[in-house]
Amino acid sequence: MYGEGFFYQALIYLAAAVVSVPIAKRLGLGSVLGYLLAGVAIGPFALGLVGDEGQDVLHFAEFGVVMMLFLIGLELQPSLLWRLRSSILGLGGLQVGVSAVVIAGIALGTGLDWRSALAIGLVFSLSSTAIVLQTLQEKGLMKTSGGRSAFSVLLFQDLAVIPILAMLPLLAHAGAAHGSGHGGHSTTWVEGLPGWAATLVVAGAVAAIVVGGRLLVRPAFRFIAKARVPEIFTAAALLLVIGIALLMTRVGLSPALGTFLAGVVLATSEYRHELEGDIEPFKGLLLGLFFISVGASIDFAQIVGQPVLIVGLVVALITVKFIILVILGRVFGLAHDQNLLFSFALAQAGEFAFVLLSFATQQGVLSLEITTPLVAVVALTMALTPLLMLINEKFVQPRFGTREKAVREADAIDEANPVIIAGYGRFGTIIGRLLRANDVGATVLEIDSDQVDLLRKFGHKVFYGDASRLDLLRAAGADSARVLVIALDDPERILELVETARKHFPHLQVLSRAIGRTHAYELIEAGLDTVYRETLDSSLRIGFDVMRELGMPAFEALRRTRRFRVHDERALRELSGKREDHKTFIHLVRQQSEELERVLATDSGGLGSDVDAAWDTEGLQREAGEEPGSPSKE
Amino acid sequence: MEAEARSDVLILFAHPAIRSSRVNRQLAGAVRDLEGVTFHDLYEAYPDLDIDVRREQDLLPRHDVVVFQHPFFWYSTPAILKEWQDLVLEHGWAYGHDGRALEGKTLVSAISTGGVEEAYCAQGSNRFSMRQLLAPIEQTARLCGMKYLPPFVVHGTFRLSEGEIEGHAKDYRRLIEGLRDGRVPAAKTAGLTRINSDLDALLEA
Repeated sequence: MYGEGFFYQALIYLAAAVVSVPIAKRLGLGSVLGYLLAGVAIGPFALGLVGDEGQDVLHFAEFGVVMMLFLIGLELQPSLLWRLRSSILGLGGLQVGVSAVVIAGIALGTGLDWRSALAIGLVFSLSSTAIVLQTLQEKGLMKTSGGRSAFSVLLFQDLAVIPILAMLPLLAHAGAAHGSGHGGHSTTWVEGLPGWAATLVVAGAVAAIVVGGRLLVRPAFRFIAKARVPEIFTAAALLLVIGIALLMTRVGLSPALGTFLAGVVLATSEYRHELEGDIEPFKGLLLGLFFISVGASIDFAQIVGQPVLIVGLVVALITVKFIILVILGRVFGLAHDQNLLFSFALAQAGEFAFVLLSFATQQGVLSLEITTPLVAVVALTMALTPLLMLINEKFVQPRFGTREKAVREADAIDEANPVIIAGYGRFGTIIGRLLRANDVGATVLEIDSDQVDLLRKFGHKVFYGDASRLDLLRAAGADSARVLVIALDDPERILELVETARKHFPHLQVLSRAIGRTHAYELIEAGLDTVYRETLDSSLRIGFDVMRELGMPAFEALRRTRRFRVHDERALRELSGKREDHKTFIHLVRQQSEELERVLATDSGGLGSDVDAAWDTEGLQREAGEEPGSPSKE
Repeated sequence: MEAEARSDVLILFAHPAIRSSRVNRQLAGAVRDLEGVTFHDLYEAYPDLDIDVRREQDLLPRHDVVVFQHPFFWYSTPAILKEWQDLVLEHGWAYGHDGRALEGKTLVSAISTGGVEEAYCAQGSNRFSMRQLLAPIEQTARLCGMKYLPPFVVHGTFRLSEGEIEGHAKDYRRLIEGLRDGRVPAAKTAGLTRINSDLDALLEA
């Protein structure tokens, strides 16, 4: 039965993901590597739970990439895209062009026909959008300059797929076996049209997305949202993405590019967050499925059959692409560490290569005996990417960090700052500005490169990078500093940093931002004496102003607010000790509501009624009835 | 009747718990909206005691009469009024060789005490008279070149009836109006233990 088969497949894929991803995460390998390993495990060469249908799943799952680009578009303001134009066209164009030429040259050197060589060059100039972006996002590196550059290049590659698809049939020659006319590629509206008409159709489609996104989507979503049926909103979001993907395919453009554009157009709309929330799980699952299929498609028989050839090709490909990327990164002014990130990220072949290789075979550009090992190379380089980025992060970057430290140490002696601020976003900047205004020297660690550039312009001593990295902390002078301010916005990373600091720099006074109550508990449990809940002060100030607005004298309102604050801090501290180690989500939720109950219970009963005890005149009035001449008080 | 120029009056009011006050709230209410009178509630303006010194030093020269209105806490002012003196009366501005900003102005205390009037004498439980206890403020005024008038005092506040408090509030309003309109001759106040001991005689020039 078909349905049963489908569920059987789903069972295998889901189980593989559920088992391997958490393990990979726990081992610090990242989810992408987890998915890939899951794919290898269930693939035909290990457990053999999935067979050839893995390829179909792969094509289906590629839609996850389309969704990912839609989501990335949603988070990208049009102005930022405009600022990236030179790196998209310049860096991206050069990367594709130079890589294609060099790889083609090498292929030519091995005695291939020039047409086959050029086809291989073009196919292998591309990188894997799915793996790179997912890994960068997971590591929180999308906003670094290296991450942005990688993203720009990938965007250009998405554009480049279209002309490459158009060029491949022209490279057909007698040496390779001829396939059918137009392979698995579906018919498009522009096929057979004269050049100007095709351009017009494409431009029309793009214009339709931009104008439609601006004018039609909002009222449509407003109408749909009014129905108050959440799944219909989800359906509409999916409809939008799938519709645009189909439209793009029809006019011969990359569907990923189309949805990306739609995402950018909708980035400023009020439905941005709903769309993100609705599409995100689909994207996550499909991408996971995609990575699993890539893992499952690695042809180990092929590798075992020609180990020298395959491994040699993998090493050669990664080396060549890496060198070209490093040079281009240098030319485009990337800092050393960012350039390494950028180059390690993009030094693989991408998922487009699967499509292009099979298309090239059908078109008679490449023979099967060439493409079969190449497909294995593509899958292997993709699978190696998360590993390479891990190696960069754990072994290459630290060396760079140490080098940087050695350079800095020379001048660190006379201007060693007593304060280190980790994270310089909305929260950290305020602290930094206050300290700077009062001539308190602070060294700042920040992962956003734009922010770092700006700060350096103003003469701040700033280090790029992840503040929870031990070597970076040391480079920032954690050995001699007195105070570490943690102003990161990711609760997990804050806890990591607290742990690192307490373990390696016990002399540091750690003052940390707490994201919400649960996080505050965790920080107290991690050993911090004081925690700073990020919204507490603003909320209390509003409460204070409300009481004033309603006529309570300011001084009394302030004292009551302060009293509440003291009470709340005490409650936080008391409750944090009584927290158990909760393992399950349900348990966590129940406990949270119980805690809220406890907090609310201690709030009632005239909190603050003794605020004015010192000025309470009732006792004095009573006494005044008995004896004259009380010393003081009205 | 002398036709003196009108004086602008600045009342510096300090009460940390105005809602539980009986006397000061009434006194304040009686003068808060008077024309030519600036009523400045210090605890309301600076609940965190962070006094804006520039603003205060801006305000003072625009007035001729300054009133410290407050309950008598431990023979002194509530904390914020002391803070106000410490911060606002700067050397070189309020006193010292070049400190002449307050010269020639008048300072009056308007005070409520829980103790009855008889307690404020050598034989009473408080052992000193009001004038003696107010010596620090009087001397502060002198050092700033200001005239210091006898205080407006409401004694025995715990035993006052609503009607009596209302009477004091009316007196207070009459005194402030008198100060504003220049109808309180300094000469006639000399020797008074409190300025409101016989307001009718004082104001009926």
